[in-house]
Amino acid sequence: MTDATSTESVDAFRLRARAWIEANLAHREHAARTLRNLLTDEEELVEVARERRIQRAMFDAGLAGICVPTEYGGQGLTVQHQRALNEELVGYEYPSRLQSPTFSPCTAVILEFGTEEQKQRHIPAILKGEEIWMQFLSEPGSGSDVAGAVTTAMRDGSSWIVNGSKIWTTGAWWSDWALCLARTNWDVPKHRGLTVFMLPLRQPGIEVHRIEMLNGNREFCQEYMTDVVVPDTDRIGDVDQGWTVGTRWMFHERMLFNSPLVTAPPGAGHGAASRGGAFGLACAAGREHDPVARDLVGESRVLTAVRGAIERRIGDGVRSGAMNDQSSAIARLFAAITVMRTTTISFELAGGAGGAWAETDGDLAELGVDFLMRQASCIGGGTTEMARNVVSERVLGMPRELSHDRDLAFREVPRSRSDR
Amino acid sequence: MRPLLDEDQEFFRSTTSRFLDEFASPAQLRDLRHDPIGFDPGYWRGGADLGWMSLLAPESLGGGSISGDGLVDLTLVAHEFGAHAAPGPLLSCNLAIAALAESPSHHHVIEQLMNGSATATWCDATGAAGRTPPSLRIAVDGNDVILTGTVRPVEIGLDGGWLVAAGSSPDGLRHVVVPLSTPGIDITPLTSVDFTRRYVSLGFDDVRVDSGALVEHPDSTAAHQRLRSLALVLAAAESVGTMQQALDITVEWSFDRYSFGRPLASYQALKHRFADMKAWLEGAHAITDEAATAVAAGSPDGDELALIAAAFSGSYGSELMQDCVQLHGGLGVTYEHDIHLYFRRHTMLRTLFGTPGDHRQRITDLLANERSVA
Repeated sequence: MTDATSTESVDAFRLRARAWIEANLAHREHAARTLRNLLTDEEELVEVARERRIQRAMFDAGLAGICVPTEYGGQGLTVQHQRALNEELVGYEYPSRLQSPTFSPCTAVILEFGTEEQKQRHIPAILKGEEIWMQFLSEPGSGSDVAGAVTTAMRDGSSWIVNGSKIWTTGAWWSDWALCLARTNWDVPKHRGLTVFMLPLRQPGIEVHRIEMLNGNREFCQEYMTDVVVPDTDRIGDVDQGWTVGTRWMFHERMLFNSPLVTAPPGAGHGAASRGGAFGLACAAGREHDPVARDLVGESRVLTAVRGAIERRIGDGVRSGAMNDQSSAIARLFAAITVMRTTTISFELAGGAGGAWAETDGDLAELGVDFLMRQASCIGGGTTEMARNVVSERVLGMPRELSHDRDLAFREVPRSRSDR
Repeated sequence: MRPLLDEDQEFFRSTTSRFLDEFASPAQLRDLRHDPIGFDPGYWRGGADLGWMSLLAPESLGGGSISGDGLVDLTLVAHEFGAHAAPGPLLSCNLAIAALAESPSHHHVIEQLMNGSATATWCDATGAAGRTPPSLRIAVDGNDVILTGTVRPVEIGLDGGWLVAAGSSPDGLRHVVVPLSTPGIDITPLTSVDFTRRYVSLGFDDVRVDSGALVEHPDSTAAHQRLRSLALVLAAAESVGTMQQALDITVEWSFDRYSFGRPLASYQALKHRFADMKAWLEGAHAITDEAATAVAAGSPDGDELALIAAAFSGSYGSELMQDCVQLHGGLGVTYEHDIHLYFRRHTMLRTLFGTPGDHRQRITDLLANERSVA
């Protein structure tokens, strides 16, 4: 599809997408993604199944994998086509649970580092909604220090035996596959002894535990892996070169809604302060004529709009090569700055209903719990402290933080107070 | 400013940048501190030759753009003005040209502004920027127009310039264009935080001029709204230029300055603040570019984006400036260091066409209107 004359124009694509969406998808207000616990387990599973069906229908309609090469079942089109599809989806249902981490970072990593056979096996299945992926990245003992992973893969003939624990996987209890960062060599410095594997989630050696968050949400999981056998053909990238993969993996993770592989209406990831949201709250609180409330509403709108603009700017800048890959950390940091402030504003606008509410309080209900969960926006997907390190060191070129493990065999690195 | 400019735009931007390096250096800005005009007439004509005042002018008068989008091209000049704290009424002259572009009887004014032989003072005295009442009243009396009121602060340039003002009249808001030398117009210099530009208060004590001073627009309210959005976008673009320059200087300083045997840039406590400032700066770039594109295209969201760009670059820009001063320590508050030149410019722009607080109120007004319509 490199021949320009045979490529569908963006306008023609948009019309095709619009017609299909109108005929096949239900209208739906995009619920703010505030990590609220909105559905029962049964309802959640029904939603997952429904989203798989939508993904399949989009695949059959030629609307899945817009920027994925045609040889893997994608459309081989451009970022502009993907944006057009995203814009046309505003106000409609879409497979929201399949976007992150399935399409970005997991699909992006497989496309970038997978073998031809691996891509043929997984990419079409992902595009059809048959495989939902998780990232086995963080561990209970290493959050920001991702390369300090201690989940270990030992070679056993043509296979690997994996033992360890991963954490903060969203929806692992209903997912299919995972991309797993594991230590394959303890006798070299930490970045040089890692390898990436693909493994099916539902197998005897993997126990999935759900974690209850302070707001009752139970979508985050922790997995315990005991003697999980992974064939060497499910290894991604070279042995002990996992950090090469990992660096790009985290780049794709930060790109999230800006990734050309992700399908989502603009602003879908923007939480409670969607357009008009804060003004709606001021009205619900009877404060729409209060100049103090109106100032807060204006501020919320400003930050939300700038957040969208900076994502587009950084996305364009990185794709065109005008900015380096690490610049995605700027958008990640700004998103957190925005959510922190807009969450506080929403809570402030709620007044007394922020602290105690009735079900009849409508939009004002639960804003106090959102406020308690506010810092999740600065933690998930890499903390803002790490983003600030990346921006200062990799974008502005400032000296790296001292680390005490750089040239030490990982085995020798202190990992707790008692090791020192 | 966009991360990637096309070749023609980059050539245009860099030409203006080099011109300002040569003719508006920090040393020259300091020399002109007490100059009554603040710049040399030759400097202004030189800039006019580079096209500073051509981008919003009608093509029939020799105007035109580099990229096909004159406002976007003009934001490149505005960015460089901010980055150099360059003197001269770039915003006022271009806004005056935009205000007069649809009025055939005032093309001679446009021509003088385009070639740099005259400058213009532009002001919005309708009270629309903030929550203040209209400060210029325009009354028609037979063949005469009578101007009454006071407007401040407005920027003033070369002697013998023009005034293009929006005020209120019994028939709604109107625009007038008159020579600043018109008898009865009282010009009182103001002391400004920004010593690179000259700001005055204009008093109108029943100033009587010919009705030819009225600027006719097919839709006066729409024209006024467009000018206000243009003003906000241009002020935001200049502000982003000041932010870029201040942060660049401060990053450089953090590498040069050593304390306790290591550069400031090696302290995580400071690195994290630089990261925040970088995020604010990129946000200001991003929203200002989107606002410029939307206003240029006449998009329905253009007015809101212009307010958002001005509110964001105003409020977060001030935080950036103050932090850049802080990171310089005592040097940051000296006259000798350059950083205050950009800080001054940013601070003046933050107040010029309404404050961030005013803009936030206006943004909420727009949201409320939208909701009441829906």
